[in-house]
Amino acid sequence: MSRMVALTLAGVLMTAPSAGEEALTYAVEGDAIMQPLTGERGDPERGAALLSDRHRSLCTLCHSGPFPDPHLHGTLAPDLTGVGERLSEGQIRLRVVDMGRLVPNTIMPSYYRVAYEEGQRVSAAWRGKPILTGADIEDIVAYLVTLKG
Amino acid sequence: MRILCGVAAIFVVLTCHIAAADGIEDEDRRSGFDFMAPETRALQSDDTSNPGMLWVLQGEQLWQQAEGQAEIACSGCHGDASRTMHGVAARYPAYDEATGRPIDLAGRINSCRATRQRAEPLAPESDALLALTTYVAHQSRGMRVMPAADPRLAPFRENGRRLFQSRIGQLDLSCASCHDDNWGKRLGGAPIPQAHPNGYPLYRLEWQAVGSLQRRLRNCMIGVRAEPFAFGAPELVDLELYLTERGSGLPIETPAVRP
Repeated sequence: MSRMVALTLAGVLMTAPSAGEEALTYAVEGDAIMQPLTGERGDPERGAALLSDRHRSLCTLCHSGPFPDPHLHGTLAPDLTGVGERLSEGQIRLRVVDMGRLVPNTIMPSYYRVAYEEGQRVSAAWRGKPILTGADIEDIVAYLVTLKG
Repeated sequence: MRILCGVAAIFVVLTCHIAAADGIEDEDRRSGFDFMAPETRALQSDDTSNPGMLWVLQGEQLWQQAEGQAEIACSGCHGDASRTMHGVAARYPAYDEATGRPIDLAGRINSCRATRQRAEPLAPESDALLALTTYVAHQSRGMRVMPAADPRLAPFRENGRRLFQSRIGQLDLSCASCHDDNWGKRLGGAPIPQAHPNGYPLYRLEWQAVGSLQRRLRNCMIGVRAEPFAFGAPELVDLELYLTERGSGLPIETPAVRP
């Protein structure tokens, strides 16, 4: 596990991020990331808006939950109603950051990953970038923990 | 006994998973038509309302139009398409002796233009190429998709299968992630079909035009944030070839209508 994080870190160091870019490092404890990716917790209101923005966060393409426009929600992934009761903040954070670590064959993309092999063909516009920034992920985590059923 | 049941259950789960991970069983195979709303089905089923028929009509004109330095029309060699092109689309892509690779219907039309008509190739997704391809494929409407049996196609089909199952793009999804493993579920409110090639070229309401299977494949690649293969790229033809095997037995619907 720690080797995977080290590899990710090495990949980032090789691409030499300039100031303001994502650090993309985090510590996994069990099935959770206890510390916020940006050092501070996010804003649940921004998180709610981002989660429902299907073009940017993509969440509702697969997940349903207590969000607007239920007819546009997907059925590919678990309903997020009450997720804040079922999972801790740290567990939710790891699931958004890198679900593949817990379920290798999951269809859920790793939202905070940038290192891919050559054959992955990541489009030029997204190469070297995570799907969401650490701050975005913290906003979403801050919102999801409020979903208590 | 409990252990035995447990082992049996794991075996069942594993075998089901393997089946799901590689294509779709014959009895479960369904055209994208079956996943559509009744209004969209009605649009396709009536030739007077199906917008794709405009491309068929244009193709019929082009079929009879002399082209290139040879000043010869498709009909000059092939005659009546309803007879000579009947069944062709059902077995394409086919093996092309000249290149030693599979070639799809649009590729064959352009190759015929170059060698027989001595004309410039038609641009990918141009109205003229789509019209001719749609017209030719339409001559097989109602016939079952029946992949070419040529053994020389096997390695290319295998490459198509590999590509279909390879995770790509920033979203790290393969074609199979959705269309083998999760068809019938909803992505952003729309049902995920099984990704069969039997309606192409087809009229997509989202495009407001007829488009090729290659255009659709490229759309999905862009959707998962991958760099799409170029039109005419060998990888796209290999994918088409695999899809023909994967969708064999389904009726040709060209020109299909899809949302």
